[in-house]
Amino acid sequence: MNLPQALSDLWAYWLLIALMMVGLYIVIARDNLIKKVMGLNIFQAAAILFYVTMAKVAGGTAPIVPHDPAHPGGHGGHEVVYSNPLPHVLMLTAIVVGVATTALALALAVRIHGDYGTSEEDEAVAYDAEHG
Amino acid sequence: MIEKILVLEVVLPLLAAPVCVLVRHPRFCRLFSLGVVAACFAIAVALLVEVRGGGVISYQLGGWPPPLGIEYRVSTVNAYLLALVTSMALVVFSFDSRGGPPRVPEQRRHLYYAVFLLCISGLLGITITGDAFNIFVFLEISSLSSYILVSLGGHRRAVMSAFYYLVMGTIGGVFFMLGVGLLYQATGTLNLRDIAARLEPSLDDRGTVLALALLVVGISIKLAVFPLHHWLPNAYSFAPPKVSAFLAATATKVSFYLLAMVLFTIFGAPFVFEELRLQAVLLPLSILAMFLASSAAIFQTDLRRLLAYSSVAQIGYMTLGLSTANATGLAGGLVHLFNHAVMKGGLFLVVACLLYRVGSVHIDALAGIGRRMPLTSAALVIGGLSLIGVPGTVGFVSKWYLVSGVLERGWTAAAVLILLSSLLALVYVGKVVEVLYFRKPAETQPVDHVREAPLGMLAPAWVLAVAAVFFGLTTDWTYGVAREAAELLLAGGI
Repeated sequence: MNLPQALSDLWAYWLLIALMMVGLYIVIARDNLIKKVMGLNIFQAAAILFYVTMAKVAGGTAPIVPHDPAHPGGHGGHEVVYSNPLPHVLMLTAIVVGVATTALALALAVRIHGDYGTSEEDEAVAYDAEHG
Repeated sequence: MIEKILVLEVVLPLLAAPVCVLVRHPRFCRLFSLGVVAACFAIAVALLVEVRGGGVISYQLGGWPPPLGIEYRVSTVNAYLLALVTSMALVVFSFDSRGGPPRVPEQRRHLYYAVFLLCISGLLGITITGDAFNIFVFLEISSLSSYILVSLGGHRRAVMSAFYYLVMGTIGGVFFMLGVGLLYQATGTLNLRDIAARLEPSLDDRGTVLALALLVVGISIKLAVFPLHHWLPNAYSFAPPKVSAFLAATATKVSFYLLAMVLFTIFGAPFVFEELRLQAVLLPLSILAMFLASSAAIFQTDLRRLLAYSSVAQIGYMTLGLSTANATGLAGGLVHLFNHAVMKGGLFLVVACLLYRVGSVHIDALAGIGRRMPLTSAALVIGGLSLIGVPGTVGFVSKWYLVSGVLERGWTAAAVLILLSSLLALVYVGKVVEVLYFRKPAETQPVDHVREAPLGMLAPAWVLAVAAVFFGLTTDWTYGVAREAAELLLAGGI
């Protein structure tokens, strides 16, 4: 597969890898703790999108069996193509994990602000160097 | 019958945590959590006895058969880890820390026990489950609760260390999740045995190689493999002493199991070590960890930081055992999990005793303490000798099998380096012992008022010190089990 084709066919993957790197870059490059948490969130969101992307089936709908009054309990004779529901379910759990992580990180950031009087990592490091 | 008890291993601590939150009585919560952990330990021992010799116990959650349902599956490998985690948890919980962690007021202490129980539940869950995504969930349960536990240390830097640990741990967790996703994409299943059966790893399959890379890097962050260890020294040296003892003895051990399981069971030793040649990366990193982290330990002036850097070095020994990929070396790495847990757990409990009586574990504050606290100091000496690997202690058993495994592989240079790195351990342990016994206390820091630690603290520390000698002399239940586990892993089972 050559590059233009890879770009057009797998655009969703390129997009979420870019998103992931944006998140990681923020975590590494920003000194503000709140911004770090936001970077971590973007990073996690990209991983969630990865699962959602792979669950997509071309032309698929939501995984709900349509109700046909003529054939109660059946599909009404026609095939239904739907997206894979399993990764979506997994991502519900991953989102909960992400929320818990964010809440804990923010609580720690509040504590750090109370102890150091700042939310900037470099200032906190300087404070530690000064006060031990 | 036994498979019904199996699920209680995870469910008991998981349900005990909200009970602690509701009852709110600190003394009750302390005894209750001790009882729960003791029950978990009894179950783990029963499981280990049951599966020794090649047995497997499986439990289907909700009655859904695998691969669709989630399966809890215990073989020698898992049972060994379960026994390790619960025995260490039992010793640490029986340690009477006289007032709990410094940042937690009396009326909130029940929450501390709840978080501790959740952490144990997560660690046991990772070990017991046979479902890849389930592992991720338990991994995050144990990680989130250990961030909280670390942040409860008295010093302001404890919170900063916890934040840093959280950032690193979350990145590791997301890498793990992505790796599992790629495996699911390749095989269409999440059951570990099913993945292993369907996966046909090859170097041409980019997706599989990427999955392996993500899983190994993600787990390595949680395991603190050099050079991804940066969070560990801070977290261990600022956490409450009891928490350091618990995390040092269990958390990295469970991550090591996870790494071994991914490499040997899912991808298989032939692919990882013959086609991909992961040992070309793992072996140099292990040796660097042994030397650089031990050298860093020599220059530490805080006993807790010294022990934390020593932990990074000891993880190097474990991954060295992993990279040999033969039964002796892998068993050496696995037996070092338990042996290191015994000695490092014991040493961190000694640190807790010293902190309680002396108020500081700065190396200068410990001058002359050997005479004032003879029993505590003697426990420290036993743990220290074990870190060096003196015959008659558990440290010697690990190093013996590691060196044998490395020589079996024909890596003579690595064997020499293992022995040389023990000399570095001799230097940093010797430094502490010298200060404790032979240096006169500074006049500004008189130690005449310092008394021996209370029995409730001393007894657990000594249990581990005695274990460090006992299991250095009888190895049937440590090396015997580890060898069985290693052979099982090399054959691709769990």
